[in-house]
Amino acid sequence: MIGLIVRRFIQLLLLLLGISFLVFMSMHLAPGDPATVIGGPTATASDLEAIRKDLGLDRPVLVQYVDYLGGILHGDFGYSFQTNQSVSDAIITRFPNTLKLATASMVVAVIIGIIAGILSAMKQNSWIDISSTTFALAGVSIPNFWLGTMLILIFAVNLQWLPVGGLSSPIYTIEGMKQLILPAITLGTASAALIARMCRSAMLEVIKSDYIRTARAKGVKQKSVIWIHALRNAMIPVVTVIGINFGGLLGGTIITEQVFAINGVGRLMIDAIAARDFPVVQGTVLLVAAIFVIVNLIVDIIYAFIDPRISYD
Amino acid sequence: MEQLLQVDNLVTQFRTAKGKLKAVRGISFSVKAEETLCIVGESGCGKSITSLSIMGLLPSNGEISQGSIRLGNEELVGKSDERLREFRGNKMSMIFQEPMTALNPVFTIGFQLREPLRIHKNMTKKEATAKSIDILTKVGISSPEKMLNQYPHELSGGMRQRVMIGMALACEPSLLIADEPTTALDVTIQAQILDLIDTLKSEMGMGVVFVTHDMGVVAEVADRVMVMYAGEVVEVGTVDELFSNPGHPYTKGLLAAVPNVDDVDQDLSIIPGSMPSLDDQITGCRFHSRCPYAMDVCKEKTPPSFKVSGTQEVKCWLQEVDNNGKSTTSSGSGEIKEILSN
Ligand SMILES: Nc1ncnc2c1ncn2[C@@H]1O[C@H](COP(=O)(O)OP(=O)(O)OP(=O)(O)O)[C@@H](O)[C@H]1O
Ligand SMILES: [Mg+2]
Repeated sequence: MIGLIVRRFIQLLLLLLGISFLVFMSMHLAPGDPATVIGGPTATASDLEAIRKDLGLDRPVLVQYVDYLGGILHGDFGYSFQTNQSVSDAIITRFPNTLKLATASMVVAVIIGIIAGILSAMKQNSWIDISSTTFALAGVSIPNFWLGTMLILIFAVNLQWLPVGGLSSPIYTIEGMKQLILPAITLGTASAALIARMCRSAMLEVIKSDYIRTARAKGVKQKSVIWIHALRNAMIPVVTVIGINFGGLLGGTIITEQVFAINGVGRLMIDAIAARDFPVVQGTVLLVAAIFVIVNLIVDIIYAFIDPRISYD
Repeated sequence: MEQLLQVDNLVTQFRTAKGKLKAVRGISFSVKAEETLCIVGESGCGKSITSLSIMGLLPSNGEISQGSIRLGNEELVGKSDERLREFRGNKMSMIFQEPMTALNPVFTIGFQLREPLRIHKNMTKKEATAKSIDILTKVGISSPEKMLNQYPHELSGGMRQRVMIGMALACEPSLLIADEPTTALDVTIQAQILDLIDTLKSEMGMGVVFVTHDMGVVAEVADRVMVMYAGEVVEVGTVDELFSNPGHPYTKGLLAAVPNVDDVDQDLSIIPGSMPSLDDQITGCRFHSRCPYAMDVCKEKTPPSFKVSGTQEVKCWLQEVDNNGKSTTSSGSGEIKEILSN
């Protein structure tokens, strides 16, 4: 287990190095100059030159990159071109919102997905199964922004049960919970659908296996056969899907934060890309990549707990 | 002596795309305490479905449509799954062919062994653990405490089958059904497992239904033998009767097919032809198309069971001819061997 964590940590460092290089190069090679964005439409050529010199953009790209890496080693991710705020501060103030949103969505997705998957496998071809598979199909096909907009229209604008947007209230308050509901459903639905589908097919597969017959031959109660003997085995492929899906979920936060006006990392990233705010783009992309690797490490650790045949040593 | 298991006119059918198909067609048999009944027959003849019918573990599209299964004084047919569950693993147990897949890979041996004890005997975890250690010792595991914390993948096939046997016998059932428990094991392990089942049978005084298609195994473990063909019982008798005086041409074919250990190249499937599938419409005897002695009556009328002795019954028209004084069967044995080996 320790070996796995060390391996993954080294992998993470290499990955972040590669990603930072790619993002750095693509930002500098892509059209669009931060100086023109900062200087505004009235800036003269010499103004722009001064801004570039000020930001250090007049140096060769590779020199800038090495400089940037050197900064990171000291925990310095640079400063926003737009606001001059340090990138770490900009991220730290927004990260809790994104974390709340992503976690709540994943929790919603895992609970709904697993329950729906099991029920539909147990009652194959019943109305529960049909509605759950229909939901699963719809869930993966409906785009996030459309679902979010519809939910806002119905529950916030028409019924006025829930707020239209924002995520500023603390999670432990009623208001904070209410703010989280619609965004979490919006972001979690697609994952719930995928998990439900995987869980259904995994359960159907597991139920046919010899050890389930053995459990029944021992006189184990039907409930325990399903929720103990079958579920734990069916969880093995489901956990894989959850891990892979988390990447998609992180991507989805960008759109969901836009729709619900949530001040999170996703919005920070979008704004920074539009403004050619290189350091902020770099910082947010690296954060997302790091989260992705860490989540997959967690998935691997969960694996080892579910399936004793897996050993990382 | 009173029968432990009494099966009468059992019919088990499956709902399939081709309609309702009978896999077991009205079979009757019985098993006494401390007796081993072997069920033999080709693949697909209904051995497993018969066993699963008794256990109430039929696949979801299968059902018992007729007949009676009595275990001791209890009628099992018609009982709810929840009532049958109280019998399974308790009064009757079953072990299966594939020890590699029959244990749940994600739970420890200890968990899986304690389960029947906790369910049926209401033992605490501590009591069940102590009993599990006893059981593992009984099935020949040398370090039982250690094994309780191991997972199935850490054990060899033979070890797993011992664990399976231990699990099945944990609650000391009166009936054990073993469906080809040694087929997947290599020969030396196979012999050990057969010995183990035999020893435990006499120790606990259980009745055993032993499914196999290996005549060598039959010779070793059976008290009585029941031969099945295409969902029917074609012959039943004591092991001596069947080996020395087989009455049904199919039984003779099976015996002739026993591999000769000195001749590794010989063909094992020497009964020509193949078993009818479940949806084949057959009039007369179900074996007649493959039978070297088939007579006209065999194609027209289903033979009844003829009693050959107090213990042997044969479902074949040749037996009727026999009773009329013409002896066809006694010379038949040699003749069929000749036909089959050509
Ligand atoms: N779920 C099912 N649906 C339809 N037919 C089935 C089903 N299960 C078994 N059968 C059929 O029932 C018949 C008897 O099967 P069974 O498993 O009892 O054979 P067997 O004698 O145990 O064979 P083997 O030696 O291969 O284990 C076979 O023709 C099989 O195809
Ligand atoms: Mg079978």
